[in-house]
Amino acid sequence: MEKTKELQNIESQFETFQILNEDGEVVNKKAMPDLSDEQLKELMKRMVYTRIWDQRAISLNRQGRLGFYAPVAGQEASMIGTHFALEKQDWILPGYRDIPQIVFHGVPLEQAFLWSRGHLAGGQMPEGVNVMMPQIIIGAQITQTAGVAMGLKRKKKDAVAITYTGDGGASQGDFYEGMNFAGAYNLPAVFVVQNNRFAISVPVEKQSAAKTIAQKAVAAGIHGVQVDGMDVLAVYAATQEARKRGLEENGPTLIETLTYRYGPHTMAGDDPTRYRSSDLDDEWEKKDPLVRFRKFLEGKKLWTEEEENEVVEQAKEDIKAAIKKADSAPKQKVTDLINLMFEDQPHNLVEQMEEYKAKESK
Amino acid sequence: MAQMTLIQAITDALRVELKNNEDVLLFGEDVGQNGGVFRATEGLQKEFGEDRVFDTPLAESGIGGLAVGLSVTGFRPVMEVQFFGFVFETFDAIAAQMARMRYRSGGVYNSPVTIRSPFGGGVKTPELHADSLEGLMYQTPGLKVVIPSTPYDAKGLLISAIRDNDPVVYLEHMKLYRSFRGEVPEGEYTIPLGKADVKREGKDISIITYGAMVHSSLKAAEELEKQGIDAEVIDLMTISPLDIETIISSVEKTNRVIVVQEAQKQAGIAANVVAEINERAILSLEAPVLRVTAPDTIFPFASAEDAWLPSYKDIVEKAKEVVEF
Repeated sequence: MEKTKELQNIESQFETFQILNEDGEVVNKKAMPDLSDEQLKELMKRMVYTRIWDQRAISLNRQGRLGFYAPVAGQEASMIGTHFALEKQDWILPGYRDIPQIVFHGVPLEQAFLWSRGHLAGGQMPEGVNVMMPQIIIGAQITQTAGVAMGLKRKKKDAVAITYTGDGGASQGDFYEGMNFAGAYNLPAVFVVQNNRFAISVPVEKQSAAKTIAQKAVAAGIHGVQVDGMDVLAVYAATQEARKRGLEENGPTLIETLTYRYGPHTMAGDDPTRYRSSDLDDEWEKKDPLVRFRKFLEGKKLWTEEEENEVVEQAKEDIKAAIKKADSAPKQKVTDLINLMFEDQPHNLVEQMEEYKAKESK
Repeated sequence: MAQMTLIQAITDALRVELKNNEDVLLFGEDVGQNGGVFRATEGLQKEFGEDRVFDTPLAESGIGGLAVGLSVTGFRPVMEVQFFGFVFETFDAIAAQMARMRYRSGGVYNSPVTIRSPFGGGVKTPELHADSLEGLMYQTPGLKVVIPSTPYDAKGLLISAIRDNDPVVYLEHMKLYRSFRGEVPEGEYTIPLGKADVKREGKDISIITYGAMVHSSLKAAEELEKQGIDAEVIDLMTISPLDIETIISSVEKTNRVIVVQEAQKQAGIAANVVAEINERAILSLEAPVLRVTAPDTIFPFASAEDAWLPSYKDIVEKAKEVVEF
């Protein structure tokens, strides 16, 4: 396809925003976010924690102890960096891979495991933890984000709604509808696309003729930015700006983070060697968010091997304890499910309740 | 008491609930300044402000998503799907999202959304406007489905739907919007969801129906009376959940039943009504339960509607078949 100059001009405006290069050097000093040493270390801790959790989750899944799991390694900067810019009062509408963000927002780890296992307690968000259940329908969360953001604005909550999808999700009609609604009503919403280059197996090049996903914001008349999704500082800074923009009633923002998932789409039999070359894997592993940020912190003498090991041990311990707790969750009964259908049970469910109560008491 | 058309009764119910609860929000395509393409929301934006009654971009899925998001942040959205044939565009928001909200969240969240929409044939709309898709809603666990047939019912049921803490699909038959007037009390009153109404008492046969077919059935009952058959007409009003008690007690009284719906035979809810009767009252029956429905084609082109829609004559004929069995 030969693109006109006008189109090329539009597309070329979406340059990748970066603060740290692959060697952990600051290449964009004036964009450096104002973070304390403790906050910088916390970002690293969370990324290391998430990496270990991912490894343990994959292994638990292989042992048949976890259920549904979508690996996250490679995407830590995109997940942790966006989340770190949020406040407790903000709402998260996650996709199914976005479990680290909701755990750091207050969902207990054992609950995340129960969600993986398909247990009703997995969706029972604790009071004051503003998180929706991870969405399975690709893009459905994006239109809902406009609704949540409108609700927050109406109730003057000083909070934003943030949602996550992937490069495939950006092809859905709901992606455009959600952004368009949020723009039309000037809502405090942040739309994050973690472009990990593959929607299961289909490469991003086949999703769209658009050079970037960020430029899709233009069609909705909202702000769009493409960020190096392996650079936690750039991701954080972009999200912080988007949050501020939303709260100041200057419109929603689309953030595209360029990232990569090292593992399969999910643990349910996906084999990435069928659609990705090992050269591409190697190329992206060189951009690794943990390696890069570790170098940056070591340069500032903020990070030691000892500290890293502490996080690793902590993560392993937490996971062990969380799995144990998840194991002790009550077995689900059909009567529990019947109870969750309506506030007032209609006659058919009242009858079926009796039927299953009798069955369950046998 | 005021005499109102069905659509005036709907507007009145919306006004009552907008006044009653500031978390009630009305939105959809053209519902603001224009008052809706059928004028169901006439004057409401002016009365309650653009903040409460507002137009949306033209995107049904977006409207459904907006309702879901608003509902979990404490609002009580009343969304309009401009014509129910467009529901496919927002089917995910309704059936996969709202209907499952309480369940997926283990009871933490709920979606008290009312989905209002015109449906039903006989007014010669362009295609995909008039379809009888209530059966799809009936088949979706987690939804309640309400279809009023009179102005009085329309108001009381809509107020109940808006106050319900679970999603309610409220379908407004287009042919009934302005075809007659009825008495409607001022102010607030509710009619419970899930309850049928015996619109005409009789002892020889039960005609179980809903929507516009209530009126065809009442007309058929008059005709049957001339022929010495005393028909009972039951207006289901809520098709999900069904009011089994009213259905079965009528069946036990008359021992003969037809189920009448405007939808195609494979659509609607008639088959489910037959199944319920079969399970609960088969020994009370003196004849098989028969159905009067439209044929299993796509909803017809406008100029074929009159030939396609079930008529009161079809009902008379089928009722006689059952009575004479």
